[in-house]
Amino acid sequence: MRKFFTLSISLIFLAGLVGCGSQPPAPEQAGAGVEDRTPSAVSTAPVTPVTVGQGDLYGIAALKDPKSPLSKRSIYFDYDSYVVKDEFKSLLDHHAKFLVKNGQMKMLIQGHADERGSREYNLALGQKRAEAVRKALILLGAKDAQLESVSLGEEKPACVDQSESCWAQNRRGDMLYSGEF
Amino acid sequence: MKKLKSLFFVGIFLATAASVSLAQLSIEITGAGAHRIPVAVTDFAGERVISQALTSVVRSDLERSGLFLMVDAAGALLNEGAVPNYPEWKAKGADALAAGSVNVMPDGRYETRFRLHDTQKQAAIAGQALAHNATQIRTTAHRIADIIYEKLTGERGIFSTRIAYVMKSVGRYELQIADADGNGAQVALASKEPIISPAWSPDGGRLAYVSFEAKKPVVYVHDLVTGRRHVAANFKGSNSAPAWSPDGARLAVVLTKNGNSQLYVVNVDGSGVTRLAGSSGIDTEPQFSPDGAFIYFTSDRGGSPQIYRQPVDGGPAQRITFDGSYNVTPRLSPDGKSLAYVSRDSGRFRVTIMDLGTRQTQILTDTAKDESPSFSPNGRMILFATEVGGRGVLAAVSTDGRVKHRLSVQAADVREPAWGPLNK
Repeated sequence: MRKFFTLSISLIFLAGLVGCGSQPPAPEQAGAGVEDRTPSAVSTAPVTPVTVGQGDLYGIAALKDPKSPLSKRSIYFDYDSYVVKDEFKSLLDHHAKFLVKNGQMKMLIQGHADERGSREYNLALGQKRAEAVRKALILLGAKDAQLESVSLGEEKPACVDQSESCWAQNRRGDMLYSGEF
Repeated sequence: MKKLKSLFFVGIFLATAASVSLAQLSIEITGAGAHRIPVAVTDFAGERVISQALTSVVRSDLERSGLFLMVDAAGALLNEGAVPNYPEWKAKGADALAAGSVNVMPDGRYETRFRLHDTQKQAAIAGQALAHNATQIRTTAHRIADIIYEKLTGERGIFSTRIAYVMKSVGRYELQIADADGNGAQVALASKEPIISPAWSPDGGRLAYVSFEAKKPVVYVHDLVTGRRHVAANFKGSNSAPAWSPDGARLAVVLTKNGNSQLYVVNVDGSGVTRLAGSSGIDTEPQFSPDGAFIYFTSDRGGSPQIYRQPVDGGPAQRITFDGSYNVTPRLSPDGKSLAYVSRDSGRFRVTIMDLGTRQTQILTDTAKDESPSFSPNGRMILFATEVGGRGVLAAVSTDGRVKHRLSVQAADVREPAWGPLNK
């Protein structure tokens, strides 16, 4: 039973790595695989149904499950601020739990700044935001070796209009996992 | 093919040094100096044998500097050996007159000779013969303009120098090198990911810059002739803001190995990383003073980004800027006496200059989104990036704020300029 579980997890992991942007691996496949092995003769052996994505909140597949909080990857900051706001603390908590459970997974945290002012100074501001995310994840149990905080400064804006609502979208930290960067 | 594919896979390919960019920078003069020297440059005898005019380049170089008033010399054809009618040229208002000739040599190359005359002294004051081929006509013209400029102003001309900048079009970034007048642009590096902060080596042969091709900022050093490049700083975190030491042996860089952006020095090959200065906040945008004794940099250690300097050999940092809440990107003049930087005032970011002796400051521009000031190697002009009509353009302003011109290109953003050194 455990073997099948491991196998399906590995397959899902591979699919996740290869199929960038494809459908999340269907959880039913794992269940079906188990049922196929059920002998046709009457058996009383217990079967534990495994449903990846629901039962396993912090499995690899959850990263691509739009219903999982782990699919949310951005933390937004106030102007000239590097403080992680309370509204993002539960999101960071979920990601920290995932990193603790999946010690082999690494995360690249990319900090961003809005376009006003010097490019190099904005790069430093983005770094401060990425660093705030990294420190929060460490406090929540993630290992230092799993995390790298870098900055893309003002170079990769999510929004290019010159307005406050747009700039607010550009003051952010993005979390990317192994296979995504 | 396979090789090409893998290069594309990492999002980057090196263009050959010979490839010429199609997007040509065009120049527009928007201001001139108060006291201009009236000078006439006649057409050179035999100039018509070359398809590309030579003297028109000399004239536009001199005019763009803002220090010369071009006296009309139309119709006059004078070779370098002829004695000009000095009173006639003086009557036309010319204090100086350049005349010359272009001749085809037996090997098919050209020889351009010219002579510069002083109409007051009624004497020749400079002259030179330059051998060149058909592709070096503009280069020859820039050399002649440099000689005229130096003879009449007493300072080095910068018409033969080159500039580096980044051109951004949809999904493509190009690090380009062009003549100081924006002509003859060549692509040194093309990438799908951003390129920022190009910095010329003191010998003009290499550029250090930051490329994001590895999904994070990494500092590279790039040899322009061979196209070969190597990683100079790629530590955990971000690597940025390279600045050459005056001897060309080391780079000041910003690393985030320990969290925030801090100053370090590395050898150009990436070895021997040492911490330079320390603060609990942001330290960035390092720049060596021309004598190599100080590092100027931007820091938010006082609560807002301001410019500081610190002895390279150790010692306390000293704050340099005090006016306003945002002063960034320090750039020293070649003589080390002035500091150009970007200051924010009422939401406008403008190039400002400070006399380091008196601490007097002057805002030099009337634009609002200035970035990346860079001195010409004679210290007379400052090249910078700004925005006009929603598009990134390069502009230049003289250190007295009077002479202004602009370099722009259709359908692309131009940014991150760096003015190269004098030709040796």
